[in-house]
Amino acid sequence: MKIIRSNFDFEHFFLILVACFVLVPFIWIVAAGFKSQISLLQGEIFFTPNLDSFREVLFSKTTEFFSNACNSTVIAVISTFLIVFSATLGGYAMERMHCPRWLIHTLLGWSVVFHMIPPITLVAAWFPIYRELGLDNTYSGMVLAHMALHLPMALWLMANFIHDVPIELEEAARIDGCSTPYLIWKIIVPLIAPGLAATAILMFIFSWNEFTVALNMTAKQTSTVPVAIAKFAQGYEIKYGEMAATAALALIPALLFLLLGQRHIVKGLTTGALK
Amino acid sequence: MNLSNPVSELFWRRLALTPAVGVFVLLSLLPLANLIAMSVHEIRWQDGHSVWTFIGTSHYERLLDDGLLKKGFFNTIFFSVAGVTIQIILGFLLAWGVSRISRGRVLYRTIFILPILVPGILIGAIWKLMLNYDFGLVNGLIGLINVQPIDWLGTASLALPSVILVDIWHWTPFCFLLLLAGFESLPQELHEAALMDGVTAWTELRYVYIPLMMPVIVVTFLFRFITSLKVFDEIYLLTGGGPGSSTEVISYTIYRTFFTQDQMGYGSAMSVAVLFAIALLMVLGFSMSRYKGQGV
Repeated sequence: MKIIRSNFDFEHFFLILVACFVLVPFIWIVAAGFKSQISLLQGEIFFTPNLDSFREVLFSKTTEFFSNACNSTVIAVISTFLIVFSATLGGYAMERMHCPRWLIHTLLGWSVVFHMIPPITLVAAWFPIYRELGLDNTYSGMVLAHMALHLPMALWLMANFIHDVPIELEEAARIDGCSTPYLIWKIIVPLIAPGLAATAILMFIFSWNEFTVALNMTAKQTSTVPVAIAKFAQGYEIKYGEMAATAALALIPALLFLLLGQRHIVKGLTTGALK
Repeated sequence: MNLSNPVSELFWRRLALTPAVGVFVLLSLLPLANLIAMSVHEIRWQDGHSVWTFIGTSHYERLLDDGLLKKGFFNTIFFSVAGVTIQIILGFLLAWGVSRISRGRVLYRTIFILPILVPGILIGAIWKLMLNYDFGLVNGLIGLINVQPIDWLGTASLALPSVILVDIWHWTPFCFLLLLAGFESLPQELHEAALMDGVTAWTELRYVYIPLMMPVIVVTFLFRFITSLKVFDEIYLLTGGGPGSSTEVISYTIYRTFFTQDQMGYGSAMSVAVLFAIALLMVLGFSMSRYKGQGV
């Protein structure tokens, strides 16, 4: 007991120090959003908060923040839904439906390989096809791209979660005369609900955060929040205040997910990497 | 007795696999084949359609003496090796620290994993402001101890280390999370036994935890190393590969060649080469981890 006690303070000291190191940039950027341009440029630590930058980002005539946030949300929601749907069905088929082994290995191999490929090479591969088909600068194009990027990981996760469902339950349902779609919907899905939530949250975050595809495949009407943030830093005159305000606003989804779904996120991330 | 009807079983299996296999074939295999085809052509856009001229392997020959690509390659390797090594060490210490405390684990974990969830581009934006020469917090802090402001991202020798520091800030939490999961899966008796023997924390770390955690450390390293090679978002916003080519990384070289210089054929050849290099690395990594597994 004594040994724990003597180390207690040191560990907390170390962890609190790191926690500050993690949090300070976030706090500083939010504070920067509340500073006037002058007080930001002078690097003042104490300042009188004002809402000019936020007002500029949210309500000025030239702002596109709402349209960007709306694009991000639409693309993330649709692609998450489609990914989770395809991954659940695919994962179930791979785990429980006596697939040929080469097919399982190909799909799992795909999951591993796709994790390693830099997204930019994929964007290069899609780009000419998209141009020919008229898919660039459309929601469908973005959703398809996000599906291709993230479905492999979702398939991997869902196969893992379905693997943990006891097969006896399924056999019992079969004996009762349950058809395959009914079995998946009524037996499997409720049992893997936590895993499903973990996958869905991760897919939403990945899609929301994705930048490489969005940068090259979207134009004004479909550009997402990450692209909008990048735009602030690219102009001749960098609008630091607005950039900070946009960054502060873009933090909100991450914070929400962290507070509401942390358990699921941790589960998804650790399963994805360690299994 | 076979309970399920084999015909309908096959039907449902095909149906269930259709979406995943469809994405795999149409959005992965086909585009990759197209990428290889593009790499042996010279491509121009004309009236919204691409015009292909076959030129054989000359793009690949050009790759061999492309100085920028070579620079990008070595920068990427250095970025990944240096960054991920430090992330693993820091993440390990953090996970060890959190696993030793009894209260506040969830609070620390909540704080530490925040950077993982934030868009990479946002991390870039935050640190672009933090590292700003005139008003960034970092220069403000070193000003307090009377150090002259430093142009972190604009000095050739400092830009890459600065970007690596940002990456460490961004991804140490991820290593921490995986390693914490590793620590939590170890039996509690180990710690009790070490307490009984009265060993110091450092001895326990050295002779109990590091050997037992080795498999998790290797997996975390490989996982992070591979994702680290893909770095693009942060570089795009922080430095754009500059100053000069001091933070040029492979993804950025491809992006510039393919999209801003419109050299689609040459950009495709680069992509194919990178895919090939990564495949090679993967085989190497797997055979290494298998060799390790046999040794222990």
